[in-house]
Amino acid sequence: MGVSRRDFLKLSGGTVLVATLGVNLDPAKAYAKDLRIKNAKQTTTICPYCSVGCGLIVYQENGKVINTEGDPDHPINEGALCSKGASVMQLANNDKRVGKPLYREPGATAWKEVEWDWALDRIARLVKDTRDKSFKTTSKAKVKEKQADGTEIMVEKEFVVNRTDSIAHVGSAALDNEECYILQKLVRSWGLVYVEHQARI
Amino acid sequence: MTNHWIDLKNADVILAMGGNPASNHPISMKWIMRAREKGAKLICVDPRFTQTAAKADLYAPLRSGTDIAFLGGMIKYILDNNLYFKEYVVNYTNAAFLVNPDFKGPADLDGLFSGYNLEKKNYDKASWAFQKDEKGIPLRDNTLEDPNCVFQLLKKHYARYTPEKVVNITGTPMDKLMEVYKLFGSTGTPDRVGTECYAMGWTQHTVGTQNIRAMTIIQVLLGNMGMPGGGINALRGESNVQGSTDYGILFHIWPGYNAVPNASLVDLAAYNEKNTPKTNEPGSVNWWSNRPKYIASYLKAVYGEAATKENDFGYSWMPKIDVGQNASWLMIFDKMYKGEFDGFFAWGQNPACSGANSNKTRQAMTKLKWLVNVNLFDNETASFWRGPGMNPKDIQTEVFMLPCCSSMEKEGSITNSGRWGQWRYKAIEPQGGSLPDAEIINELYFKVKELYKKEGGAYPDPVVNLSWDYGDKDATGKVKHVDSHAIAKEINGYYLEDVYDKKADPPKLIGKKGDLVASFAFLKDDGSTSSGNWLYCNSYVTKDGKSVNMMARRGKDDPTGLGLYSGWAWAWPVNRRVIYNRASVDLQGNPWDPKRSLLKWDAAKPGWVGDVPDGGAPPMGTSGKLPFIMKPDGVASMFGPGLAEGPFPEHYEALECPVDKNSMSGQRINPTIKIFGDKMDAFASCDLRFPFVGTTYRVSEHWQTGVMTRHCSWLLEMQPQNFVEMSIELAKDLKLTNGEAVVVSSARGEVKAVALVSERFKPFKIADSTVHQVGLPWHFGWQFPEDGSGYDSANLLTPNVGDANTMIPESKAFMVNVRKA
Repeated sequence: MGVSRRDFLKLSGGTVLVATLGVNLDPAKAYAKDLRIKNAKQTTTICPYCSVGCGLIVYQENGKVINTEGDPDHPINEGALCSKGASVMQLANNDKRVGKPLYREPGATAWKEVEWDWALDRIARLVKDTRDKSFKTTSKAKVKEKQADGTEIMVEKEFVVNRTDSIAHVGSAALDNEECYILQKLVRSWGLVYVEHQARI
Repeated sequence: MTNHWIDLKNADVILAMGGNPASNHPISMKWIMRAREKGAKLICVDPRFTQTAAKADLYAPLRSGTDIAFLGGMIKYILDNNLYFKEYVVNYTNAAFLVNPDFKGPADLDGLFSGYNLEKKNYDKASWAFQKDEKGIPLRDNTLEDPNCVFQLLKKHYARYTPEKVVNITGTPMDKLMEVYKLFGSTGTPDRVGTECYAMGWTQHTVGTQNIRAMTIIQVLLGNMGMPGGGINALRGESNVQGSTDYGILFHIWPGYNAVPNASLVDLAAYNEKNTPKTNEPGSVNWWSNRPKYIASYLKAVYGEAATKENDFGYSWMPKIDVGQNASWLMIFDKMYKGEFDGFFAWGQNPACSGANSNKTRQAMTKLKWLVNVNLFDNETASFWRGPGMNPKDIQTEVFMLPCCSSMEKEGSITNSGRWGQWRYKAIEPQGGSLPDAEIINELYFKVKELYKKEGGAYPDPVVNLSWDYGDKDATGKVKHVDSHAIAKEINGYYLEDVYDKKADPPKLIGKKGDLVASFAFLKDDGSTSSGNWLYCNSYVTKDGKSVNMMARRGKDDPTGLGLYSGWAWAWPVNRRVIYNRASVDLQGNPWDPKRSLLKWDAAKPGWVGDVPDGGAPPMGTSGKLPFIMKPDGVASMFGPGLAEGPFPEHYEALECPVDKNSMSGQRINPTIKIFGDKMDAFASCDLRFPFVGTTYRVSEHWQTGVMTRHCSWLLEMQPQNFVEMSIELAKDLKLTNGEAVVVSSARGEVKAVALVSERFKPFKIADSTVHQVGLPWHFGWQFPEDGSGYDSANLLTPNVGDANTMIPESKAFMVNVRKA
């Protein structure tokens, strides 16, 4: 029988199976002991770049990603990855990532680091004040109205709109579905109608 | 995608046009090459000899912005040579429908359709309507001979697209053009199937929607829609842009492609009346007639117990746009530039580099009072105030840069181009001080809500009534940490009370209160069910009393051999892998091609075997049910009277183009586009200052504006800086050598780049002149690398003019100059 590397990794974790197969996997097991992923915990993920949706395995040890590779069981990519997919590990281990929230005061020439709570409190305050100041309850529009004789004429009417015109939002196709859902739920509850993202460009 | 990635292996001919899968969706090539191993042919049509072209059996160049001319010529070729699939065309499309005799097209009106209003730059579409009987059902002529039938109008419209005229417009060599037509036209028989792969090469034009429609007409003429190995496949650009679109992060749609209400729809009844299509066609499934169920279930998901029948399920709490208001991307930045916004969120997006006409976008941001950017890395948007040409001291914007974590540091689902919702697991805790986006959203929700509870304020109802039950709560009622499974379940939806099938005697229990709804077929409009997105109803279900996350499945069975992998993850809708699959069978329910049996009617069962069918009704020959269930008429629209610029695609030049006359008519550009008028919105057509066609594209090593890839050293090393690709002939004319630093300029701005002189671009011979085209990737920006060695964004050059239907900017065809740096 043919044992792929992935099958082998699964098997090497289950000695009972190996025994029942009657295949000598000792050389392969010896090889696995030398791999740097031998003690790592595996989880599967999907590549965050293009929309093919390739599967990856993430190897974690002591809270750090120590390797990522294509998931051989995934029916689309069958273990293969492109240059971007093969570099996903660098997103987890990257000293260029922003560590703490950054804040830039009006007119300032540099960022300063701030605490999450402070930044989020300040943003919440700005959202509320902007919303309160600009909230539009009604809006006038010309619409067609049917007359008694069946003809239609244009009339100006006032309609309830309940919206916030002074805040806009864009993004994001980089979020999970669950995040997209609560994000649109949130910004619409604030009354935003200028809501857009990557799909428009 | 109507189909999905693995399905590419089932094609006989694959047309890559408007996309470059080898560079931008590299793993898709695995399945294209798998098809080729079985004898399939790959055609690449692109202005540039791309990596896809290098793997193609046939390559044909065309000038950017001339796809409709190319495809219109193909429609003519298919019709002239009787290559279309007549049984499919007559039964499954509107080819036989009779159109209002007053309808006139560009052949009669020099490039315009009947009903054009020059002042408003739009159409009165009354003359584009179908002739109908007393019940409102379109009249038809199944012989396809009536001069007013769609088929004859199509013939007349494209009779003008002769090969000679096409090559004069596109610059494609005649022999290559005819080879493409012949090869793709060979898929009109039941035993041959062709597919199409496109991306932003088709959407980013002022005629983007019509580019795609032109191909759709070809696919239904040839009977390729609904077929395994067929369809029309948008290769989407981001890992979850399909999902984020499905979830309605757009001004015009709520989740599940339900229209955002406008002000005139004063209550839920008015909304439903306006947005629920009606038809008397007995064969039409008219799936959107279910819309009121999806809306009520959505509002129940959003407002929970606060949503009652008496208060229209909270409909009035939802913000309304004005009648006819367009609040899309280009409008946002135009308004921002005019100082009409105080606050702005750029969440997981870098508009300073991604939007067309970046100079305007960057200037617009200086007018804001506050800006919040959420990203893994600093970027050109967060740091716009310290960008090129900016004086931070003059910019009074308060800016926040919130660090979110990567996808490996949280749990949730994303949806690929093939509509597969796939689950991702958390591998590690968020790194550094970052947070998952969901946690940031959660914090903002509770903080704003608290302020309204404490202080009151403008109309707090929508804020305080929102339902938000996504995990364990602290003493104040705040969700401590968001459980993505709880959200996924809310999206799927619950039975909010015991739901019975009241038609059965005695009434039969369909769903128990608290259980997850099995599929959207069970959703109700009376408030007894919830579903945050009807399209994903069935993605998380109750089975044997347990919740099952369908998106996390890893089944590998493939009984059809077609690569459906129906047990792997989950596809919307209801795990259907090929949309419109009922068009893959004949009127008796037998597959058009028995070797590619996606779906088959088993009369003994009775039932369908194979993929999840598009509606469960028996075959059309017995039940009369038509295959295109989302269309009120039940058939594919060869004639599409809903679009802004006409029911048939017509060739118009890009807003910026190298020709002063459209060879097809007296109408040079799309007559229905919106043109912005500020000095920042400049454009220049047939202008000696900008003599070359420009376009933008991507490389395998980078992604979008490059924020996530420029900061990865392995990728940056492979593609370190902006380049402009040009032909050997043009480089010679400009006395430029490969590797030399140059400046590329347009009417809106300029950007530095390295000259990449290659054979991949060739001068185009159009009519009596020669046109040069150049291209740039749009992955670079001034913020990183910090030494500026990557140069800046190609979107400094692109025009902020949009497609007449979608307002997607025309980033793929514009005019530039190139000079030594």
